[in-house]
Amino acid sequence: MRGADTTSWVTVDGNEAAARVAHQASEVIAIYPITPASAMGELADAWSQQGRTNAWGAVPDVIEMQSEGGAAGAVHGALQAGALTTTFTASQGLLLMIPNLYKIAGELTPAVVHVAARSLATHALSIFGDHSDVMAVRQTGMAMLASSSVQEAQDLALVAHASTLRTRVPFLHFFDGFRTSHEVSKIESVSDDTIREMIDDSLVEQHRTRGLNPNHPVLRRTAQNPDVFFQAREAANPFHLATPNAVQTEMDRLADLTGRAYHLFDYWGAPDAERVIVMMGSGVGAAIEAVEREAAAGAKVGVVAVRLYRPFDSEAFVAALPASVRSIAVLDRTKEPGSVGEPLYSDVVTALFERHQKSMPSVIGGRYGLSSKEFTPAMALSILDELDGATPRPHFTVGIIDDVTHLSLDVDESRWSEPDNVNRAVFYGLGSDGTVGANKNSVKIIGESTTQFAQGYFVYDSKKSGSMTVSHLRFGPEPIRSTYLIGEADFVACHHTSLLDQVDVLRIARRGATFLLNTHHGPETVWRSLPIETQRQIIDKDLALWIVDGGRVATEAGLGGHVNTVLQTCFFFLAGVLPPDEAVAAVKDAISRSYQKRGQLVLDRNFAAVDQAVAALVRVETPAEMVGTRRLRRPVPEEAPDFVQRVTAMMMDGKGDLLPVSAMPVDGSFPMGTAQWEKRSLAIDIPIWDPDICIDCGRCTLVCPHAAIRMKVLPAETLTDAPEGFRDKDWTGDRHSTPDQRLVIQVAPDDCTGCGVCVSICPAKSKEVVKHRAINMEAKADHLDAERINFAHFLDLPEADRSSLDLLTIKGTQQAQPLFEFSGACLGCGETPYLKLLTQQFGDRITVANATGCSSIYGANLPTTPWATNADGRGPAWANSLFEDNAEFGLGMRLALDHHEAEARRLLASLASEVGPVAADILEADQSHERGIADQRERVAALRARLDQLADPETTPLASRLRSLSDYLVDTGVWIVGGDGWAYDIGFGGLDHVLASGRNVNILVLDTEVYSNTGGQTSKATPRAAIAKFSAGGKTTAKKDLGMIAMAYGGVYVAQVAMGANMTQVIKAFAEAEAHPGPSLIIAYSPCIAHGFDLTHMMEHQKMAVESGYWPMYRYDPGREAAGEHALHLDSRPPKVAFRDFAMTEGRFAMLARSNPQVAERLFTEAQQDIDDRWHLYQQMVDVEHTATFGQVEE
Amino acid sequence: MTPTTDLRTHYMGLDLANPIVASSSPLTGQIDTLVALQEAGAAAIVLPSLFEEQIEHDAMGLHRGLDTGADQHGEVFGGYFPELDSYNTGPDRYLRTLIAAKNELTIPVIASLNGTSTGGWTHYAKLLEDEGADALELNIYLIAADANASAADVEDQYLQLVAAVRSTVEIPLAVKIGPFFSSPANMARRLVDAGADGLVLFNRFYQPDIDLDQLSTTPNLVLSSPNEMRLVLRWVAILHGQLEASLAATTGIHDAEAAIKLILAGADVTMMTSALLMHGPEHVTTVLDGLSHWFTEREYRSLTQARGSLSQKSSPDPSSFERTNYMANLASYSPH
Repeated sequence: MRGADTTSWVTVDGNEAAARVAHQASEVIAIYPITPASAMGELADAWSQQGRTNAWGAVPDVIEMQSEGGAAGAVHGALQAGALTTTFTASQGLLLMIPNLYKIAGELTPAVVHVAARSLATHALSIFGDHSDVMAVRQTGMAMLASSSVQEAQDLALVAHASTLRTRVPFLHFFDGFRTSHEVSKIESVSDDTIREMIDDSLVEQHRTRGLNPNHPVLRRTAQNPDVFFQAREAANPFHLATPNAVQTEMDRLADLTGRAYHLFDYWGAPDAERVIVMMGSGVGAAIEAVEREAAAGAKVGVVAVRLYRPFDSEAFVAALPASVRSIAVLDRTKEPGSVGEPLYSDVVTALFERHQKSMPSVIGGRYGLSSKEFTPAMALSILDELDGATPRPHFTVGIIDDVTHLSLDVDESRWSEPDNVNRAVFYGLGSDGTVGANKNSVKIIGESTTQFAQGYFVYDSKKSGSMTVSHLRFGPEPIRSTYLIGEADFVACHHTSLLDQVDVLRIARRGATFLLNTHHGPETVWRSLPIETQRQIIDKDLALWIVDGGRVATEAGLGGHVNTVLQTCFFFLAGVLPPDEAVAAVKDAISRSYQKRGQLVLDRNFAAVDQAVAALVRVETPAEMVGTRRLRRPVPEEAPDFVQRVTAMMMDGKGDLLPVSAMPVDGSFPMGTAQWEKRSLAIDIPIWDPDICIDCGRCTLVCPHAAIRMKVLPAETLTDAPEGFRDKDWTGDRHSTPDQRLVIQVAPDDCTGCGVCVSICPAKSKEVVKHRAINMEAKADHLDAERINFAHFLDLPEADRSSLDLLTIKGTQQAQPLFEFSGACLGCGETPYLKLLTQQFGDRITVANATGCSSIYGANLPTTPWATNADGRGPAWANSLFEDNAEFGLGMRLALDHHEAEARRLLASLASEVGPVAADILEADQSHERGIADQRERVAALRARLDQLADPETTPLASRLRSLSDYLVDTGVWIVGGDGWAYDIGFGGLDHVLASGRNVNILVLDTEVYSNTGGQTSKATPRAAIAKFSAGGKTTAKKDLGMIAMAYGGVYVAQVAMGANMTQVIKAFAEAEAHPGPSLIIAYSPCIAHGFDLTHMMEHQKMAVESGYWPMYRYDPGREAAGEHALHLDSRPPKVAFRDFAMTEGRFAMLARSNPQVAERLFTEAQQDIDDRWHLYQQMVDVEHTATFGQVEE
Repeated sequence: MTPTTDLRTHYMGLDLANPIVASSSPLTGQIDTLVALQEAGAAAIVLPSLFEEQIEHDAMGLHRGLDTGADQHGEVFGGYFPELDSYNTGPDRYLRTLIAAKNELTIPVIASLNGTSTGGWTHYAKLLEDEGADALELNIYLIAADANASAADVEDQYLQLVAAVRSTVEIPLAVKIGPFFSSPANMARRLVDAGADGLVLFNRFYQPDIDLDQLSTTPNLVLSSPNEMRLVLRWVAILHGQLEASLAATTGIHDAEAAIKLILAGADVTMMTSALLMHGPEHVTTVLDGLSHWFTEREYRSLTQARGSLSQKSSPDPSSFERTNYMANLASYSPH
C-alpha cells in the first residue's frame, strides 16, 4: 500500500541524495573534507547555514573537525550525550574513524556514517571509487548497507537512519564514490513527511535517555579484565542478530510509504537461473542490464544485489537465490592480498556452506572495478560465460588485461549495445569552462521539465590546469540503470577546438550522430581546420556537423567568452528533447536558479547568450574528401624514453585502460621527469623576452609556477651555433664573472600555461614605451615554431656548474637547473615557485616527504611527474605517505638516513687504514656549501674505487657493506612538504612532535590558508574575515600562529616567507633551514585560486599582504643566539597598508564586505587588531635576549 | 534690529531652507553623516553616484570569480567558494541607502546616477525614482577620447541620455556636466531643452597622475581648492537668466564667501564637497552663519533679491565674464 509519499521527482547526485536525508535525520553533524564525500559535508553545512531544519524543526549543528579521527571522536561524544549524529567520509578518512567505530558499535549507539566508497592508498593514492575502504571496517560491529544507485543512496540512507534507532546497532551506509556519489540522476524524492514518519520518536527519546546526563548518570567504558570482557562482548549478540529483520522491517515501511521496495538481498533475472552473479554497489546496474537481456533471450542467468552486507544474513541470502542455481560468481570491488578470496566471496561461500551442506552451488570469486575502473554489461556477460565453462577459474579479475598472473577474463565490449530508446550525449570541455556545470543543469532540465529520465556523469583528467572534462549524458523514457560510460553517442560536442588535437573525440560517435563544434571558423573554413582524423570520422560515420562560434556569442552578450550557456542551448536545439521555445525557457529557468543570487545583470547577459545561440548555429555540409595537414598530436615525441613511449604515452592518450598488468611497476615506483614529455601547449599567449631591456635580475624565472621560463649564463662561444632568432645578451648580473658571458632567458612554449606571473613581476620597462617590459605576453601562434626550436637548443646548452653559483641570490639560484618542472598545477599557482626554488637550491641531494594534497596531486598524479633529475641522474627522491602522517613520514626518512650515515662513517673509520687518506678526508669534510658537496661526491667515488680493489677476505664484507652505504657519506637533506590542511590541522600533532624531536628535518608549509585540493574548505590557517567553505559567513576566529608555536620550542628554525614580497629572504630562509642542524619550519605564503583574484598578480598580492602586516616575514634562527644576536629577525617593515585595503583586493574578503557589510566591518576591525597585536608581539620578541635552549638529540 | 535674510530657495521645484546642499561624497553615503549634515543645516543632500559601470564590473567580476575553478578537477565540488545567501550585487545596496536616507531625513534626498548605456541610465533612473528619490542628478562625464567622434557626436550622446531619462522619470532632473564644451552655453540650453530641470556646474573628473617611482599611471581625485570656484562663477553668471532651469554651483565652494559670490552670480544652490570632507558636516553651520550674516548685514530681504544680481546680465561690467577678463589677469601679473 502506498502511504505518505506522493511522487516528486528531483535530479540530484548521490551525495546530495544521501546528505539530504542525513541532515533531516540528525541533530549534530561532524565533518571533514575528503573526496568524494566532501560534498555531503559541504551541503549539510550550507543547509544549516541557511537555516534549513531537520525533521524536528531544529537546525542541525554542523562542525568541521581537524581530521576524520576528530570527526569520529566528536560523533562519538555527541552520541554519548544523546544527539542524533552523523558524519560523511571516505577512504583514509574512514580508516581514521575505525577506533571510534569499534567504540560506537561496542556501546550499541545508534549512528549513521555515510560513505562515498573510495580506494585506499596502497601502491598509489586514488580518489576514485571501490570498496576497499568500507571492507576495512566490516569487522567493527557497524551494520553496513550498500546503495547501488542515486535513488538507493537516498532511500537506504533513510533506512539506515531508521534502522539504527530500531536496532541500536550503528550503520555505515555506503555507495560508490564518483559513480554514484557524483552521478546526477532523476530520482523519486522522499518527502520530509516520509522521513519524519520513518524516524520513530520513541526510539529517538530512548537514545537521548541513554545519553550521559548528570541527573541520572552512568559510567560508560570500564576497563574490563579477563574474567568478564569476553562475556560482555557477547552480551550484545541479540542486537546484531536482530538487525537483519529490523532492517527488512524498515525497508518494508519505506515500501509502504513510497512504493519502492528493497530487501536485504534483491534478485533480478530468470526465476530458474542456474548462473548467478552476486555483487553490491553501482556495478549492479550494469549487471542487471546484461542479465535481463540474456534472461529475456532465454538464458538461465540472474544477479543478486547485496544491500545489507553486515550483519550478513545467510538465510536471507540463500532465500534470494533461485533454487535452480548451480554456479555463482561473487564480485568484490576490493582486493585482499593473501586471502583465500575477497570478503564478499568469503561470506557467500561460508553462507552457502552453512545452508547447503549437500548440494552447494559452485562459487567463483572475481575482482572488478578498483579505483572506478569501468564495469560494463559486457563484463557481466563474460562472467556469466565463465560460469558456463567447463572449468571456471575459481578466482579471476575482470576489466583489465592481466598478462602476469593471467586472472583476467576476456571481454568483448562489442557484445553489448545500449537500448535504442536511450539518447546518449557526450561533451568534451576544459576544467572550469562551465561545461560540467551546464551539463549538470541540462540533466536537471530534462529530469525536471520532461517526463524523461536523465543521468549525467562526469569524467575529469588529473590536471588542475587545462584539464579535460568529459560529460556523459543519457536520457530516455525508462529509469536509467547504465552505471558505465557511454560507449556510443548520438551526440558529441567539443567545446574547445584545441581538444581535437589531443583526443579522438569522435571515436565515441555512433554512425549518423550529431557533432557540435565550438569554433571561431565559419562554414567555409572549418573543414580545413579539423584534424584529418576528425574529418575521416565525420565522413566515415556520416556525422552531421554543426558549428557555433560560442566565444563570439558569449563575448557579445558580455560574458567574456564563457561559452557554457551558448553550447547548452545548442545542445537542446539539436537534441530535440524539448521543443525549441520550451528548451530556451527551461535553460533560462536553470540559469535563473543557478545565478539568481549573483544579480540581474548576470542573468540578463546569460539570457542574451541563450537568445543568440541558436541563431549562431550553422549546419556544415560534409565534404567528400579530407583536406589540410592538421593531425592528432602524438602524445609524446619519438625521443622520449621507452617507458614513456610504452606506458606514459598510453595514459596521456586516454588509453590507460588498455595497458596490461605487466606494464605497471610492481611497487608504485615510477620514473621521474616525465612531465617534460607531456606537451600540453595550453597557453594562448606566452612570454617573449626582450634582451635589450632586461636587467638580468632573474625574477621571471624565479616566480614561474611551471618552470617554463629558464635562464642560463654561458660563455659566448657556446652560442655560436644558435638557431636564427635565438636571443641572448651581455651578462651583467655578476661583477665577478668572467667577461663575455651571455645571458639567455628562454620560454618553454609548450609547457607555459600563459599565467603571466613572469610579466607582472618584471621590473624592467622600456624607456620609450613603459608598458613594454623585458618580458611580454605575446600571441603564442606568432612565436610557437621559433620558440620550440629555441627551447630545444636551450636545453642542449650546458647547465651551470652548481658549485660556481651563488645560491644565496636570485641570480645564482635561477641559473641552477630546476628539478621540478611543468607541473599540472593551476595557472598562477602560489605553491610551485617555492618547490622549484627548493630544487634549484638543493634538488640534487634531498628526499621529499610530501603530504597528500595539491602538492601531491600536481607532484605525482599520473601520467606524469614534474619532479625531475639532472644529467647525473640525481634529483629529489619523492614519496607521499598519507595526509595526516607526513611529518612523521619525513622524520622516518631522517632516521634511516642518519642511521645509514652513522653506519657508513663507522665502517669507514674502521677501514681507514685500508682505504687510505680519503677516509679522513671524507670523515672530516665540510659539506656546508656546494663546492664541499661536489668534492665529497668525488671523494666518495674515489672511496668506492678503492673499496673495489680491496681483496682482503677479512675486510671484504665490511668493504662491501660500506660500499652499499657510501652514498650516505654525502649529506642528504629531508624536506617535509605539504599544505596548511596537513600542517595546521590533520597533521599538526605529528608536526609538533617532529619539531620537538630535534632531528634535522626541514618542514615547508605551502600555506594557501584553505584546503585547496578538496575545493577550498576552511582550515585553521584560514584568516579571520575570509569566506571559505564551512565559513560562509566569514571566519570568526584568527588564524593559528603556527610559527609562534614552533618558536616556543626555542631550538626550531622558523621562517615565514612570501616570495612576492622579498625573494632573497625566501632563498636565505631555505638555505638557513637546510643548514640548521635541527628541525626547521618554513611557512610560505601561497596565493591560491581559492583567494578569489587573478593569480597573474599573485606576487603583487603577496607584497601587499606583507606591507599590510597581514603576512609578516621573519626568520627565527636559534643559531644566531650563539653568536650573541637575537634569534628573531623581522624581515618585513611595520604595517603601512590597512588590512581593509589589502582585503578588498581579494574575493575571499571582499565577498563578505559585499554580502554582509556589518559583519565584515566587525571582522575587518578584529583582523586589523590581530595584525597590530601580532606585530607588537613580534617586535617585543625581537628584543628578547635569550630563548629556551633546546637539547639536540645525541647522535 | 535688521531682520534676518530669508535664505530659502527653490531648486528644480524643491523648496529648500537655504542654498547649501551637500554634494556627492563619502559623507552622503552613510546615514550617520547624512543626519549630521541635516542637523548642521544642509538644505538637501546628493547621494554618491550610482555607477552603472561599477555595478556591472562588480557583478560580472563576482560571477567570474565564483566560477573560477568550478569543476576544474574531480575533487572540487562546484567552485572554491560556498554559496552565500546574497551577494548584494546590482543597485540593491545603493537603493537601501536611498531608502534609509529617506526614512531618516526630512530634507530632500537627491539621487545621483552615472550610467554607461542608455538602457542603464533609464533603468536605474526609474529604480531611484521608485525608491523615493526627491530628485535625480545625472552625473554625466564622457571622456571624448575617440579621435573619430566629433563634438556633435558627443553632444548628441549627452542629449539623448537626458531625453531618455526625462521620458522615464517624473521627478526633477538635474544634469551635472563638465566645462569642456566648445559652446557651453549652447550645450546648457540644449540640455534644458532635452528635459533637464537644472544644471550642476561642474563635475570634476578623476585625473590621471604618474607615479615616477613605478612609472605607472594612477587615477587620482584631489579635493578641490577654493580658486576652482572661479570657473563655476563665470558660467553661472553667464547662464543665469538665459535658461529656464535651476543652476547649482559646485566645485571650490569652501566658505560662505564663495557661496555668496555664486548666489550673486545667479546660483540657486551651492553644493559643497571638499570643504565638508576637510572640516566635517558641522562646517555647513559655519557657512550658513556666514551667509546669513553677510546678507543680513547688508539688509537683503531674501536670497531671491540677491540671486543673479551680479550675473553677466546684471553686472555693471558684463564683459568681465568674457575674454577681456583674461587680458586683465595677464596685466595684473605683469612684472613691476
